[in-house]
Amino acid sequence: MTTDPARGAHAAATPSAPRTPERPASERSVPEQARPAPSAPGAAPRPGPPRETEQPAGTRQPGETEQPAGTAAGAGLVVRPVGRRGLLAELPTAEATEALHAELLRRRTAGTLPPVREIVPGARTVLLDGFADPETARRLAAELPGWRVPPPVRGGAEVVEIPVRYDGPDLAEVARLWGVSEPEVARIHARTTFRVAFCGFAPGFGYLSGLGEEYHVPRRSDPRTKVPAGAVGLAGTYTGVYPRSSPGGWQLIGTAPETVLWDPDRSPAALLAPGTHVRFVPLDAPSASHPEHDRAHGEAPTGPTTGPTTATAGTAGTTTATTEEGDPSDRRRP
Amino acid sequence: MTVDARDVRTAPASGAAPEPAPAALETVRAGALTTVQDLGRPGHAHLGVPRSGALDEAAHRLANRLLGNPEAAATLETTLTGCAVRALRPVRAVVTGAPCPVTVDGRPVPWGRPVRVPAGSVLDAGPAVHGVRTYLAFAGGVDVAPVLGSRATDLLSGLGPAPLGDGDVLPLGPPGPAPSPGTTGQPDAAPWQAPPRELVLPVVYGPRDDWFTAGALRTLTASSFRVSAASNRIGLRTEGPALERVREGELASEGMPLGAVQVPPEGRPLVFLADHPTTGGYPVVGVVPEPALWAAAQAVPGTPVRFTPAGR
Repeated sequence: MTTDPARGAHAAATPSAPRTPERPASERSVPEQARPAPSAPGAAPRPGPPRETEQPAGTRQPGETEQPAGTAAGAGLVVRPVGRRGLLAELPTAEATEALHAELLRRRTAGTLPPVREIVPGARTVLLDGFADPETARRLAAELPGWRVPPPVRGGAEVVEIPVRYDGPDLAEVARLWGVSEPEVARIHARTTFRVAFCGFAPGFGYLSGLGEEYHVPRRSDPRTKVPAGAVGLAGTYTGVYPRSSPGGWQLIGTAPETVLWDPDRSPAALLAPGTHVRFVPLDAPSASHPEHDRAHGEAPTGPTTGPTTATAGTAGTTTATTEEGDPSDRRRP
Repeated sequence: MTVDARDVRTAPASGAAPEPAPAALETVRAGALTTVQDLGRPGHAHLGVPRSGALDEAAHRLANRLLGNPEAAATLETTLTGCAVRALRPVRAVVTGAPCPVTVDGRPVPWGRPVRVPAGSVLDAGPAVHGVRTYLAFAGGVDVAPVLGSRATDLLSGLGPAPLGDGDVLPLGPPGPAPSPGTTGQPDAAPWQAPPRELVLPVVYGPRDDWFTAGALRTLTASSFRVSAASNRIGLRTEGPALERVREGELASEGMPLGAVQVPPEGRPLVFLADHPTTGGYPVVGVVPEPALWAAAQAVPGTPVRFTPAGR
């Protein structure tokens, strides 16, 4: 009884078919189109995590949104049942998802949302699970489409900065896929403001959106059996930082040696929560060496960070435990 | 930056080290897989942290009630083969969940009734007669350091203490007074339940039942599946007919609830249990309401499984 039940459930998604807008929650829909899988079903390794297919994110700038202020959540919102005490709100875009998630958190903080155990954003969904009773879930499902949801706030949000050394073993491959030089990969990555779209795979692992579709990369065809903690990877249009050593199939472009993504003894334990804005700050700028980094990593020269290292709380003591049974290969494994 | 989970248990990595509680139990026989469990750590799914907690929550709660513990006190959850612990001080204990022979220093004692274990004596919960998971509860509860408010071992994420190993010692919290017999609402003993001939799991359809053909939904509720030996705390896997999809590919990652009946590409439904991943990309055809999952925790491999429609 030790095998992972979801083995093979890892990886990656092909883009889902476009959603039919304004589908009533109770109506069982006919699929809009059946999409072929990119590889044989169940064939490991899958190409990559879900793509941000409906969003030309590369051209999106902070502050821009697709929604006018106060858009009714009902525009394109589909509410699906989840058991007797939950619901899944499905939205047409990443922006609408972000906006609804933020609104749910605002209402929870204000005490105007009925108590619910979990609020879990996904790429195009927000799961609400664990209402006190089925009636509450039904009532909220009915009310949600009428909510006025302000657009996501972009400017002024606190940004977590993660110092990164762009020295990953897949840097050359990513440069080839992007058609740019390796230093240019670092520049593109470091100039992007990312946002934690959702978490999963492991405590503290955030799927960071912000790179445009033109920077889509597949997962490695040959996933590594061991990716070190702090490895910065790309898959699909997402970026992620491995909170702990684990198997993984993302294309590794760098290392974040100073940042503790997850520390259960810290509050908050997770550095990255859905909605957190993130920027990567190159550690290996050719100017002014940084003796501490040299000493720690035996590479020279290393440069100073170009901003406050708000992300570097506690370089000692990342203590996420490992387990033999919890083989992460069953998850949508980065 | 990865450390052995056992080091985490005894040596918190940062902050002021709390005074370690004195060891009260020594593991004599850890069994196939014995973990510390409580009611889990709900409310962290958005960070990728599974709920975790006792799979047979009813058995866990009952064990604590029998001892006068809070229901959230941590117990030991065994897997098929039970486990044995030596009391390093006198303790009151009870064994619930999967029925099994229980002894103290080799002498039979009741299953499902509180027993006193003298200092130095060994409480042994033997192999499950039927069912999978037996719970050993102790007055005061297993008092390992909580992580995010829970002492539960999460086998997917590696949170909480590592599975028990032979020779491991465990602290117990301060015991409250033993409940007095005859108190209203206070159970005296656990019922010994007959093993179910089949596992019946009601399924509330959705959120992704529209990914499957009408025939697949009939297959789900009209066919007999069996519990796969590949089942574990993460999920109950099934063997049986495959469910045919009307769509290929995967979903964009979305939140996965406890009890989700997820259908991977090979088509055999699996039911997410306490240590399940919190987001995923395979469609969830339906959700099994939580109370029905407790029986799933006790279904041995090979048990017939029937999914029954419970509306949507």
